Amino acid sequence: MVLPDNDFGRHTTAKLNQILDRHGRNAANLLQILHETQDHFGYITPDAITCLAAQLAIPRARIESVASFYSFLHLKHQGAYRVLFSDNITDRMLGSQALMQQMCQQLWVEPGRVSEDDLVSIATTSCTGMCDQGPALLVNGRAITRLTHQRVQEICHLIRNRTPLADWPADFFHVSDNIRRRGLLLDNQQTPGNALRAGLALGGENTVAAIKQSGLRGRGGAGFPTGLKWEACRNAPGTARYVVCNADEGEPGTFKDRVLLTRQASLAFEGMTLCALAVGAQQGFLYLRGEYRYLLEPLQSVLQQRRNTNLLGKNILGQAGFDFDIEIHLGAGAYICGEESALLESLEGKRGVPRSRPPFPVTHGYLQQPTAVDNVETFCQAALAVQMGAENYRAIGTAKSTGSKLISVSGDCPRPGIYEYPFGVSVREVLQDCGAVNARAVQVSGPSGICVAENEFDRKLGFEDLPTAGAFMVFDDSRDLFEVARNFVHFFAHESCGFCTPCRVGTSMLKQSMDKIAAGHGTRHDLAEIEHLDRVLQTSSHCGLGRSACNPVLHTLKHFRPAYENRLKSLDFEPAFDLDGALARARLMTGRDDTGAHLNAEES
Amino acid sequence: MTDTQTFQLDGATVPFEPGQTVMQAALAAGQYIPHLCYHPEFKPHGSCKLCTVKANGHTTASCTMPAEAGLNVESNVEEMNSLRRTLVQMLFAEGNHFCPSCEKSGDCKLQALGYDLEVHTAGFRHLYPDRPLDASHPDILLDFNRCILCELCVRASSEVDGKNVFALSGRGIAKHLIVNAESGLLKDTNIALTDKAMQVCPVGVILKKRVGFSVPIGERRYDQRPISAQALDDAPRQSDAGGSCAACEGNP
Repeated sequence: MVLPDNDFGRHTTAKLNQILDRHGRNAANLLQILHETQDHFGYITPDAITCLAAQLAIPRARIESVASFYSFLHLKHQGAYRVLFSDNITDRMLGSQALMQQMCQQLWVEPGRVSEDDLVSIATTSCTGMCDQGPALLVNGRAITRLTHQRVQEICHLIRNRTPLADWPADFFHVSDNIRRRGLLLDNQQTPGNALRAGLALGGENTVAAIKQSGLRGRGGAGFPTGLKWEACRNAPGTARYVVCNADEGEPGTFKDRVLLTRQASLAFEGMTLCALAVGAQQGFLYLRGEYRYLLEPLQSVLQQRRNTNLLGKNILGQAGFDFDIEIHLGAGAYICGEESALLESLEGKRGVPRSRPPFPVTHGYLQQPTAVDNVETFCQAALAVQMGAENYRAIGTAKSTGSKLISVSGDCPRPGIYEYPFGVSVREVLQDCGAVNARAVQVSGPSGICVAENEFDRKLGFEDLPTAGAFMVFDDSRDLFEVARNFVHFFAHESCGFCTPCRVGTSMLKQSMDKIAAGHGTRHDLAEIEHLDRVLQTSSHCGLGRSACNPVLHTLKHFRPAYENRLKSLDFEPAFDLDGALARARLMTGRDDTGAHLNAEES
Repeated sequence: MTDTQTFQLDGATVPFEPGQTVMQAALAAGQYIPHLCYHPEFKPHGSCKLCTVKANGHTTASCTMPAEAGLNVESNVEEMNSLRRTLVQMLFAEGNHFCPSCEKSGDCKLQALGYDLEVHTAGFRHLYPDRPLDASHPDILLDFNRCILCELCVRASSEVDGKNVFALSGRGIAKHLIVNAESGLLKDTNIALTDKAMQVCPVGVILKKRVGFSVPIGERRYDQRPISAQALDDAPRQSDAGGSCAACEGNP
């Protein structure tokens, strides 16, 4: 054995062997093994890596390589309490930066550093999916919501006294569902198994046909027709087939899957089982984002209930040969794993780097076998579509966007939370329902989506006009849209996987340029530089992350150019007074932002 | 000849065998597409994006793009070359590349591409990352400052040498090369001078000690001929591609 033959060495080895046994000593489960190793030892120690490498017969460099990819896995001690403040723009708008500063001062620690006594470290992390009840943070992976100065003070007190997390007030960890508007999905009260019985009555092939007939499209944002995906997976040659539920809800401002997995988990699993019937899969995975770690045990008990009632396992609902079960894998803080091929890599225990496509996951997915990967909401909707019948389902929504959509509303509005609408609802209607006043812009579908300005509020959510994965962040007229875009640019730079040159370097350069402008040193040259980077990222990035990294800047530059230009030190030797910027208010009042409403655009 | 499938590359007809990528078919036919992380002996993975082309109007990495009959590929056009210049500038800005003091100067693919693509300016503010050297091994020096993260050494060590001496660690701009040892030092790995991993570094990261200047500057690989000509010599040629072509003589 590689470890020293003393009490410490023996304890480490014994513990790691337990963890390895629980995961079948399979290197494909490396990410799950590393999670548990860290849970036990506090971080992934060099000893543990050497031991795991020997036991799994893989190079230790591969373990380091995988662990270092994920934000929530650590190769160095991070203190007994690891505090991560959610750094989405909505958290910032609710005062997260001041709260983090307060905590750092009270605990005598610099952001990003571990305290001298190894007690605590404080840093930021990407959106934790609690935008409707922020500011939020994670402490040792557990979500705490609704932070106030009072609450931060109490947390500091608990940390200083080394109070175990289990003894912290339960109220800190309370996550509200905040359901504000219900539709067919959130109203669902069907007995588990009903959709599956309907599917079994149809048979696999006709279930695919029914899904095609229903017009259901993927709810993750891209809107690929679900029926076509299932059909391609069903028809692809392979030795095994897999169903994967993407619950890596990482797009900042999105939290609808959190609520679905809390309220309608059984329906999501039912959709997955239906998919298994349709494509002929025996194994399913739910890839749960690390930020939702607190949902793991409740989800596992839902799975157990379904096994107990023969909705999972062998010969499901008495159908001979219909065997299917679902395993939950935990992510570890990597937004890119929401991209389906990166998710599959992660599921195989690797770095979450998007694959080159083609081939696509429907033919070469998990372990290179045909795999259907769908979003949590898509599986729920699929179950509903089969249960209520394709024609009834089609009647809801619009011609090309059938059914309903869950919208995660956050930002400047008195009623943030989950709103379910039939597709085709306008931005203005959502704003009215959530009580937003003086809204200036809405970021639809998160940083990689579209920034919609006031003059476009009549645009409709749906694949015909504004496709969305569900995020809906509202900004009122007190907000600086430049700062919003800068926050998003920082997000993309932090989440770039680093595989391809344009995204790895380009997102950092974009961040540099935005920071330079924010610091008051920008010139028009920097705006040209940003536009140049945008083109490079869009044309040559390996995946959608790089291609959409410039969206926030492009969209805010289009609608709110003065927010940028007001900050520039020089407009190519033009006078310091910005005539065009001075008209910004007038443009806002008249709702005009066309070229005729700009001075410099007219000149050039 | 009638059943041979072909595609168009900058107006030239390029034959291909099923399973070949655009890059593989192009090189085999004596047509050069700039590239950095692609190596004819390894499975392409398409990370550097230098080989980006327009295929039927869509930009894509040609090293991973499967060749298709009738495809119209544009490579040697200003739009693509301008993109490549920016990518080269990005790689220069990301690491610490001081060509005049680098012993790989003249043999370095990044530098050669810079010359060939006529990259005349820095383009970006340099990031100047802090990347310590590893001189622990008696015969081999690792200078991480020059790493462009092409993963060729990772692939060579794993696929050819069967050793897994190298791996990539970290994410995004913090991504970096590591070695397979608990100490993190090359001396504690089983690397050997004869390994394939010793031969594939396109830049000056993996260096054999004490021979750095045995070939004088001015007489090195890319001092003689530009990389666009050299790359065609290195590429495996199609036996049935038929006769000679101007590019094969090194005059693209």
